[in-house]
This record gives sequence, C-alpha cells and structure tokens, in this order.
Amino acid sequence: MIPAPFAYARPTSVDEALQAIADGGEDVKILAGGQSLIPVMRLRLAAPETVVDLGRVAGLRGVREEDDAIVVGAMTTHSDVIADPLVQQWAPIVAQATETVADRQVRHRGTFGGALAHADPAGDLPAVALALEAEFVIAGLSGRRTVPAVEFFVDYLTTALEEGELLVEIRLPKLAGTWGMHYEKFNRVAQAWSIVAVAALVRREGDRIAEARIGLTNMGPTPLRASAAEAALAGVPATREAVAEAAAHAAENTSPSSDLNAQADYRHHLAQVLTRRAVIAAAGL
Amino acid sequence: MTAVEDAPATTAPEREVGKARRRKEDARLITGRTTWTDNMVLPGMLHLAVVRSPVAHAKITNVDVSAAREAPGVVAVLTGRDLADEQGSIPCAWPVTPDMVNPGHPSVAVDEVNHVGEAVAIVVGRSRTAAVDALELVDVDYEPLPVVLDMEQALAEQPDLCHDHLQSNQSFRFVFDAGEAGTGQDTEQAFAEADVVVSRRFVQQRLIPAFMEPRAVVVQPQGDNYTMWSSTQVPHILRLMLAMITGIPEHKLRVVAPDVGGGFGGKLQVTPEEVLSLLVARRLGKPVKWVETRSESLMSAHHGRDQIQYIDIAADREGNVKGLRCRILSDMGAYLRLVSPGVPVLGAFMYVGIYKFPAYRFDCQGVFTNKTPTDAYRGAGRPEATFAIERIMDELAVELGMDPLELRRKNWIKAEEFPFTTAAGLEYDSGDYDTATQQALQLLGYDELREEQRRRRESGDPVQLGIGFSTFTEMCGLAPSRVLGSLSYGAGGWEHASIRMLPTGKVEVVTGSTPHGQGHETAWSQLVADELGVPFEDVEVLHGDTSVSPRGLDTYGSRSLVVGGAAVVNAAQKVIAKARKVAAHLLEASEDDLDFTGGSFSVRGTPGTGVSIQEIALATFAAHNFPEGVEPSIDADATFDPVNFSFPHGTHICAMEVDTETGFVKIRKYACVDDVGTIVNPLIVEGQVHGGLAQGIAQALYEEAVYDDDGNLTTGTFVDYLVPSAADLPHFDTGNTVHAAPGNPIGAKGVGEAGCIASTPAVVNAALDAVRHLGVSDIRMPLTPERVWRAVHLGGDGGDRAPDRTNAQAVDSAQAASIAQGGDL
Repeated sequence: MIPAPFAYARPTSVDEALQAIADGGEDVKILAGGQSLIPVMRLRLAAPETVVDLGRVAGLRGVREEDDAIVVGAMTTHSDVIADPLVQQWAPIVAQATETVADRQVRHRGTFGGALAHADPAGDLPAVALALEAEFVIAGLSGRRTVPAVEFFVDYLTTALEEGELLVEIRLPKLAGTWGMHYEKFNRVAQAWSIVAVAALVRREGDRIAEARIGLTNMGPTPLRASAAEAALAGVPATREAVAEAAAHAAENTSPSSDLNAQADYRHHLAQVLTRRAVIAAAGL
Repeated sequence: MTAVEDAPATTAPEREVGKARRRKEDARLITGRTTWTDNMVLPGMLHLAVVRSPVAHAKITNVDVSAAREAPGVVAVLTGRDLADEQGSIPCAWPVTPDMVNPGHPSVAVDEVNHVGEAVAIVVGRSRTAAVDALELVDVDYEPLPVVLDMEQALAEQPDLCHDHLQSNQSFRFVFDAGEAGTGQDTEQAFAEADVVVSRRFVQQRLIPAFMEPRAVVVQPQGDNYTMWSSTQVPHILRLMLAMITGIPEHKLRVVAPDVGGGFGGKLQVTPEEVLSLLVARRLGKPVKWVETRSESLMSAHHGRDQIQYIDIAADREGNVKGLRCRILSDMGAYLRLVSPGVPVLGAFMYVGIYKFPAYRFDCQGVFTNKTPTDAYRGAGRPEATFAIERIMDELAVELGMDPLELRRKNWIKAEEFPFTTAAGLEYDSGDYDTATQQALQLLGYDELREEQRRRRESGDPVQLGIGFSTFTEMCGLAPSRVLGSLSYGAGGWEHASIRMLPTGKVEVVTGSTPHGQGHETAWSQLVADELGVPFEDVEVLHGDTSVSPRGLDTYGSRSLVVGGAAVVNAAQKVIAKARKVAAHLLEASEDDLDFTGGSFSVRGTPGTGVSIQEIALATFAAHNFPEGVEPSIDADATFDPVNFSFPHGTHICAMEVDTETGFVKIRKYACVDDVGTIVNPLIVEGQVHGGLAQGIAQALYEEAVYDDDGNLTTGTFVDYLVPSAADLPHFDTGNTVHAAPGNPIGAKGVGEAGCIASTPAVVNAALDAVRHLGVSDIRMPLTPERVWRAVHLGGDGGDRAPDRTNAQAVDSAQAASIAQGGDL
C-alpha cells in the first residue's frame, strides 16, 4: 500500500493553492481530507504527478451566516459540520446525513467540500446538496463563479469543476423552519457506503404537501432528483397513503448500477420504499 | 468478631482459577508497543515484494525482469524458474485418503498459474518502496487456459481442468459410513424404511479469515543458521516443515512467532511467502523482510469454508430421527495447503450433532478450482457440520409440523446418557443439553418474543420476527495423537510445557501452545499461581520461540487450555513433587508427613514449621544443603496427550427482525448458554464467545468472498468484504453451565471456536422463522438484504449476487485520471 511517487505542494491560501495547481503539471490531484484520494493512491488506482494539499488553507474551514444562506467552507471536516450550530439550525439534514458518513475517524479528517467534489454517487452528501439546491462557489485564477447543484454534478465522479479550479465554499439555503427534512440511508454495515439513500425536503401548507424535493443517492452515475415523485407529491394531502402513492414514482428516470450490494431492480425498489419513509419523516406524518 | 476469624487458616491466597482477571498482555498488544513482526528492523535488511498473477489460469510463456532489475534500489528479481530447483512444494500434512491427488504447490509459479494472486516473481529492494515501485516493471506473458470456478461443473462430464497435468478436478473422496464402521446401522436401509425424508442443498460460502495483523516475515541468516520471525500461529510446525522443504537442517533453523495479531486459522499455514523469504535470505546472505498489504492478504492468504452440502435426514412421523446422509463438495481452491483436505474431514464426525442418529453416512469430495486455496478457518469443518445439522433439523420440524425445539429435545442425548458414543463413533464426554437450553430460553425472554412474533404475523407488520435455535456440540482440544494418526494426520496432538523455578522464587512457564491473541499468558499464570501457590504476578509465560520453547504443536482447534494448559498443570505437579523432596530434607521430616498448601510445605501436625516453594527455589539454586542423590533442580516439564477430544456444547438462540419491505435483517436479541467445562478466566471466556459470535454471525449475514466469471476476487478490500463492527452487532446475553471435562486435569473443554460454530445456523434459522409463512424455505448466506428481499418477494433462495465491485471501489485508473482535475478528494 505504497503510492507511486508524486510531487507535493502545501499552500496556505486559496491563491497559493490555485497557483500550485496551475504549476503542478499534467495530472494534479487536490488533497482535502484524503479519505478517498489516499486509498486509491495507495492501491495505485490513481497516480497523480502532483498532490496539492489544502490542509493548511485555514480560510477554507468553518461555517458562517450570510443573508438567507449559510456558507460552509470546503475544508470544513464532517465532524465540524455535524457539531456546527448554524448547520443544526438551518440545514439539519446535512448534519443528519453527515453523521452516517463512514466512521468517526473518517469524519474527523474527511471534508464537506472534498466529499462533494469527489461526487461519488454512493456518497451521502451530493444527494443532500442537490435536494437543498445548494450553490457551489468555485475559484479559479481568473476569479470566482457560482454553480447551482443541479449543474455541479456532471457524471460519475465528475463535476463542473474545470481544470485549475477549486471548490471553495458551499452555500446552503436556510430552509429549516418552513421545510421539514430527513435523510433515509440504507446500507449493510455501519461504516459502509449507501446502497441507496434518499434526502427528502417537504414544505407543508396545512394538511397538504405544497412542495417536495427529493435527492437520490446511488441511483445513477450522479446524485439525482426524483422529479416524478416530487411532481406527484405537489399538492397532495399530507397522509401516509398519498405519500406512498407518490413515492412509487421515485425510481423513474434513474439508472442505478448492479454490484455486490444490489442489482438494479432491487435498487429501483429500495428507492421507492426509502422515498416513502423519508418523505413521511420529513413531513412529520 | 467471631472465634473463627482468629483461626490461622485464612492465609491461603485467593484462588486464581475462576477469577475474571484482565489480560496482562493486552496493554502492549493494544498499543502496538511490542514485537509485531513488522516492527522489527535488522541492520542491512532488504525488503521483498511479490509480483502476483492477475489471471486465474494460464501458462507462463515469458517473464521479463530486465527493467525491474535496473530500477533504483532494486537488489534482485527472482522468478519461479530461478527458484524451481530449491523451492519444493508447500506441504500438505493431511493426506486424508491414500489415493488423494496433490498437484504440488510451488511457492512461486514456474510454468503455470492457477489462481489470481499466485506469486510469479519476487522483487528484492533496499527499501520497501523500491521493491513495490519495481513490481509493475516485471513483464509477464500469460497464455490463458480455461478457468474452473464452479465445483459442480468441475465434477461434471468432460470438465475443464484446474490443473492441466491432472486427470480430473477431484483431489480425494473421503467416506465415513457408520454401518461399515460398525458405529451405526445401514444408512440406505434406514432411509428406505423411514416415514419422512427431507433433503436440502446448503451452500457454505467462501470466507476470508481477515486477521487484524497482516502476515509478515523477517529472516536473518547467520552463518549456516537461520532465524525466522513470522506472524504465524504455528512456529513449531513451521520450523519442521521449512526444514523438510528447503533442506536447511532443523537444528540450523529457529522460528519465532513474536506477538501475533490474530489468526483464526488463517495463520495455521506454511505460506509461500515464508518459504520465499527464507530462500531469498539464503541466496543473498542478507536479512529480508516481507510484509503483505491488506489487499494481498485478502487475495492470497488462504480462505475458509466453501462447501456445497447435500443433506438428507430420515425420521418417523413422531419425529424420531432414523438416519443422516451427507454428501459434501469441498472447494480446495487451486492447491492443497497444510491441512486443506483435513478441514471437511474434521467435520465428518460432527454432522450428527447432539442427536441419537442410528444411521449415518458422510461422503465428501475435495475439488480443485482456480481460486485461492482454502484451509483452516475458525471451527474448520465443525461450523459446516453444525450448520448442516441445525438447519436440517429445522427443515424436518417444518415437514413434521413440530416445534423445532421439541424435535431437538426428542432426539438429543440426555444428561444421564453420558458418556455417549454417536453413530460417527465419537464418545461425547459430558454435558446437559436440557439445562443449557432452559437457561438460554430464560436469557432470551423466549415466551414474550414468541408472543410478539404472533402479534406481528397477525397484523401483517412489515417487520416480521423470527426465533432460531442452534443446539450444538463440537470436538475440541486437538489432540488425541492416536486418533489424529488414525485419520492420517501428519503429526501428533500432544502439547508440551516446562516450568523453571528461578532463584528469587519467580516462575517461568514455557508453553508449546503459541498464542496469537487468546490470553495464554494470563490464563497460564492463573493456573500456575494456583498449583504452586505463588502470586499471579510472579509468573511469566514464555512462548513462540523454538529456541525457548523447543517442543510444541501450537494453537488451533480450541486446544490450548485443554491440551497445553493441562501440560502446564502436570509440569507444576512435577515441580511440587521435586520440591517436596527438598522440603522434607530442609524440614527434617518424611515426605509423607508434609502438607503442601498455599505455596508452602509444612509438617503435618506441627504448626509454625514451613518452607515455601519460592524459598525452596533459592535453596535449590544454592544447592548448599540438598538431599543426597538428588539433582539440584526442581524444574520440570510435561507432555500431555489426552485420550479423547473434549466436547463443549451449548444452546444459542437468535431473535431476528426481518424488514420485509427492504429485506434488511437485524438481530433483535441473542442469547447463548455454553458449557465449556471448567472456566479458568470468565473474562477471557466471555471475550472468546463474543468474538466467536461476531464471526459466526458475520458468516450468516455479512461476509462472502466473491469471484467474477474470470476468477478475480471482487471482494478484494474491506469495502466489499464486509467484516462487521461492534456497531452492527447486538448485545449478547451469555451464560454458562459447567460440566468439567473428564479428560484433562483442568476440566476445561475449549472455547475458542464455540461462538463461531454455534451462531451461524441460529441466525439463519431465525431469519427463516420470520418469513417462512411467506413461503421462504431457504436463503443463501450471507443474508444480504437483496437476497432476503428476493426470497420473500420472488421466491427461491435469493440467488447469486452481481459480482461487480461496489461503486466506491469501481474507480479504475482511467476513471481516476479523468477526475484528476478539480476533484477535491
């Protein structure tokens, strides 16, 4: 478990990091918490020319409030996210989903931005970010741009981040209070990736469900929105029966893989069951 | 205050046996500040890395090592051809039949590779990094051959062959027929006359021992002597076998198992890498180290289980069992290792379980496939047997419409019937199955859970509840040398111990039973403290180094306390006998007039006289005042070889929730009452039971080594080979009954494998009990949620899993490159 040789840079600011990436040659990897990158390098599934370690970029850590959003620095560790009062107050589903990520050791090193930029469809945070309609702030040598979640996740392990760019922060809208939210994860052992998981956000108006947003984990090469189920939920009575009926649409337009944990048809089935459970919990039924 | 408190008799030290002492070895083991093999650094040490076959079956047409030899820091690159004349074959010490076919097992492949992960070349570097970096520079050309993976196909007409030079894929066929052996009636007749016959096919999936410390070897040549440190369970066996393979004379070879981080049978082996390390050290005259990665370990260290079991049971309508017939296919993998063929044979005598079958037949074929060899894994043969009998008893109960526990009770051996000789010819020593069962039912809260099960069933709850039993026994304490000999095992089963009384009164205990995490140092100290009447802290236990502990047969098969501990007790008795002569001399009394209690000899009826055994140790060292004609030593050794196995037993009950919507199974409650004979340290027993349960439950629910159609191990990391953690396991409600084993001076029966052997069928029976009313009669292990869901909703046993790796591990290098830019990992 020894990685192939690589060059190493450890910048202390975003500007330095961007320069290091630009100077790093053909194949640069950005090291955040290292919980995915280091294993694949040790297995020699990845052999980058240069590794740019963001561990000393203090400006990328922490959570702050900004108008109608909370802003999470990309290098904020999972354990810091879980404990953060702003996250707990305004985006509790992020804390709930993050608590299910791997194990305690991983959560103390792994980072919010790293998990999102890695964009593993089996990872828990991409579907949550998608359901929250988070915004991704990306820095490059020529300046910053903001990308909505729906455009950020492009393909399997592929995001809107261009060559030379860096994910610096993620803006999460303050939905708690008007929206109920719940993350329903299904896996075999505690520290494992999701086989399927569902992030549900529900806004009720009295006895009806006004609006729902559903993010699906591991139902395709990217996190997905269960649009058909969302549409079916809009305006229905807030009852378990109505939710169950709408949840039956959860797997439409998904393309999950078949692997050791599950074949595609079983994932389709799980998406429906878990969507029903997640929406019922989010709607407080 | 009472008069009694003034009596002097209260000075006897507290009895150690039975005390729940914390293990004295744990602090160093847990912190890692100890002699793990990989912690060793020798001056000038070179590092080995192994080039492994990426294909399951192929001719090697060319190996080009020129680029690797030129790589920085590389000292040598050796191929199979380079070592062909000196590497011999990995030994198989258990030729279970006279005509058993052994294809030979080169440590590094010469002409042909037969499984993925087989060694093809060795790179020797000045650093581990240099050696690993050069691996990919070794260029091997393979000419693919057909890959044999499925045992049933491997035995069909005109199969592809796992080994080109053999006639078939069968290694051996081992039959035990009780009728022919005279231990039971004719099986065919029993089945012909039976009212009811139930037949099932069970699959024991392939497992990986997954010990915590990966394997590691260090070899130091000194003149014509060699010292090997290895993370092994069996330094004594390893030394003997290495001497036989390499021609290095046994007395020129010292093997040391320093602290070893687990084995579970996975280090009961003579590994190719141990042989290669020794050969390279001999060739280069330099110390070498080899340490495996976890991926290498999962791929190339031996696997366990992997059997297909065709089980028939015959009974009358009243539920009296009449016969048991077992046909077993046992996957050897590509080669025979140390005891590969012996594993199913070790189970051959346990299929009848605790039941009074009048007729029994066992018929097992060992089969070659192009996979990693299989060998011992915790329980070795007995978990397979226990699973088969405990599962088929449930199936018979269903067929007869009987309560599964009632059926068991009707057929099991009663407490008053011990010792009892079964149809398999084994004499069970002692026990009381009914009492253990009653206690386990109480621990579980059986009646309440049955009631809840009824309620959930009636209301059609999506989460159903089931209760499963396993009333088991096992043969432990491997040992009896004569019995092992009658089964063609290549060695005896005795164990050796010696006790050295040091001048200061401290005690060194040398044991031949080498621990790899079991707590021998604590338990042996407790035994010796009681026997010699010395403080626990005054005892040190030495082990694992063939120059310190010259005789021993090591640790496996729940034998350490039963055989090795017994040797320690016998050695202590000899020390006392020798010390008694000295005490008699010093006290000027007759030996017959001496009492030995609390560590002191005193003259009977003469209060105030006395000399402690620790004082005698000093007197012996000085030898100034010693009896005539007695050699000045009270040290002693003993070799113990019991006449029979010991037979721990127990009742394990699992209550299982099954989410019928998702197929997720969750253990609601687990209760077990084990009878492991006399308990020396309750904390160690509890720990062994917990660990065993975790591994047995893991077979039922989590672990499976899966190969794809090309023979690649797709569960090649712990992401996909699921070893459960404490977070995934329930609280265990454990208890004990105690029936001392009559066959050893301690009365212990062995506990190392009990939990692992007993739990698997209890868990599967529980899951089936939860969903049987939905039409499910079997689910293949492990009970993945997908399999359970399929069995419930689509029928069948849940079927095969898709062999692809999960997402998280599917990143290949091409994909990794495509995400290079911008991906914050």
